[in-house]
Amino acid sequence: MNISPISLTFKKCKKEKRTALITYTVAGDNTKKKSFEILNAVSKHADICEIGMPHNTPIADGGQIQNSSYRAIKNGIKLKDIFQIVKKFKKNQYSKPVILMGYYNTIFQFGENKFIKESKKSGVDGLIVVDLPWPENKKLAKKCKKNSINFIQLLSPTTSLIRLRKILKDSHDMVYYISMLSTTGGKLKVSPKKILESYNKIKKINKSKNLVIGFGITDKTIASLKKADGLVVGSALCKEISKSLRNRQNPVTNVNKMVSKLKSKII
Amino acid sequence: MKLRKGIPLIDQHDKSGFWGGKFGGNFIPETLKKPVEDLTVLFEKLRKDKSFIRERDYYFKNWVGAPTPFIKLNNLTRHLNGAEIWTKVVSEANGGAHKIYNATVHSLIAKRAGKKYIIGDTGAGYAGKMLSMAAKKFGLKCKIFMGVKDIKRQKPNCDAMKKNGAEIVPVYTGSQTLVDAVSECMRYWVSNCDTTHMCVGSTVGPNIFVKICGWSTSQISRELLMQIKKEFGKIPKKIKLYNCVGGGSSSFGFWNEFMHYNKKQIEFIGVEAAGPKNSKRHAAPLTYGSKIGILHGAAQYVNQDKEGQIEETESISAGLDYPGVSPLHCFLKDAKRARYAAASDEEALSAYQMVTKYENLNPSLEPSHAFAEAIKNAPKLSKDTIIIVNSCGDALKDRDILRERLGKLK
Repeated sequence: MNISPISLTFKKCKKEKRTALITYTVAGDNTKKKSFEILNAVSKHADICEIGMPHNTPIADGGQIQNSSYRAIKNGIKLKDIFQIVKKFKKNQYSKPVILMGYYNTIFQFGENKFIKESKKSGVDGLIVVDLPWPENKKLAKKCKKNSINFIQLLSPTTSLIRLRKILKDSHDMVYYISMLSTTGGKLKVSPKKILESYNKIKKINKSKNLVIGFGITDKTIASLKKADGLVVGSALCKEISKSLRNRQNPVTNVNKMVSKLKSKII
Repeated sequence: MKLRKGIPLIDQHDKSGFWGGKFGGNFIPETLKKPVEDLTVLFEKLRKDKSFIRERDYYFKNWVGAPTPFIKLNNLTRHLNGAEIWTKVVSEANGGAHKIYNATVHSLIAKRAGKKYIIGDTGAGYAGKMLSMAAKKFGLKCKIFMGVKDIKRQKPNCDAMKKNGAEIVPVYTGSQTLVDAVSECMRYWVSNCDTTHMCVGSTVGPNIFVKICGWSTSQISRELLMQIKKEFGKIPKKIKLYNCVGGGSSSFGFWNEFMHYNKKQIEFIGVEAAGPKNSKRHAAPLTYGSKIGILHGAAQYVNQDKEGQIEETESISAGLDYPGVSPLHCFLKDAKRARYAAASDEEALSAYQMVTKYENLNPSLEPSHAFAEAIKNAPKLSKDTIIIVNSCGDALKDRDILRERLGKLK
């Protein structure tokens, strides 16, 4: 099998002795056009771009991502628009990995097979489904792998050791560790030292998996976790978009600044 | 799709938690996997534990007040001149509605789990009120998540929750009703699952919550079965059990003990909320053939658009104002064990007026939906047919809405 763009990215970052910066923004926030511009702008600093497929009953997202999602849905974003955004983005940045993240009902209504086909066609490299945990996700993960799409498994502080091992065994190139018991965008309530302890425990089980940490990461906390293979920043960016819109400023410029600042803290 | 005999319906799911192979399941974030699994193990242990059952029965009898009355509505029967109309006055239970059963059981489980905090969602406010009562009774700290729209329209229940020392967390997202309250409550649990027990207010949510709630409300039909036998000497040949269906906890509890009877002998009729007359934003996914989707951790028939976004609903009754429905009811519908209909806001209101005119009974807007369908059907049914309506809530909470819609109340 060819090495996936996601794997290559982590390899590159390791060579540069730094953590990979992964951004998360919601497709269609606040419009289809703006979200594409934001994506384009942040990709200069980000190593991997996660794109949120907004859903209106998200059971694991905090206020910031909820606000972004509601804005996007209100402005009429559809799944087919999201694939278009990815396609357009990948046209110029074919080596920058794109991960779609969302809730299972979006995929279920579209149809699993059709979803994977469209993902592949538009250049999606990875998929995170928040409410389809292991082992329920085994079938979908297999289908993804067959189509060279990374299915990214999630691990959390509540995941038992036995379960950790099983999930890692079934995981692909990248695995996502949820830093604490929280929805997205919560305040980091666990010390970075503790988070890295859990991180190391997981790494010990399987060194070859690229393990990223997400939830509660902001410009204030990011430096303390830079030992990880990758760090995901989402809510902080959504918050920046909300703030920009409130202050009638251009979210593209502000989010770009924020991501550049985040990057400067980890290199 | 078929029901199996000799196994409780709540246990007729597969290994992944699906009833009929496609309803229910556990669509939950990784963080909740462990708490849900722990709760599953604990509940399966407790339901076989004689001391736990004794404890439950003790509180059901002495605190909830079991059994609730089973009475004939003589005047209404005479007026409609068809089937005999009876009611099980579940609203006589402590607190005024069936939600007390689930709240009591969850509080007892929380205690056994060593949790000090308990959280719950509420629409009509009854689930919240009862959970606040039970939490107070059993020494747990309680938070209730409630949509802002519902806080405004169900004030009496909010007052009760506060009086019981519970904190009401107002939910401003989405349609600001039950659907958003459940989401917010689940989100809170994701962040606090190490210290906090979650009570889902109906037979919805991840598999185990459907089971615990169904197991708890089944008290209603356990009582009814004995009451029917005592009243009629045997089980009559034609019984029809009418119940409103929002999430579906009272109807499931009202039917459970009669599941294995032939439906020609004991028929189940679930009545959903059709919302305002001629409206589209109904809360009746079973009646109007909504597609299967995922809401609050379970696959079910749910009102949604093509993109899988959950649609807002509208109903005069906050307790039925929910876009989805219990996986158990989806299963009962597809297995053709129950039939489902919908009543509009206006039909529920006139049913309320008729019931209160003829009888000394004060059903809330939720069971008024069930009465609407029963009143519609009764004149066409033979005199030896026994209609039983679950009057599962008291209209005290609807004071403001009823005054606004019907003018001065008696």
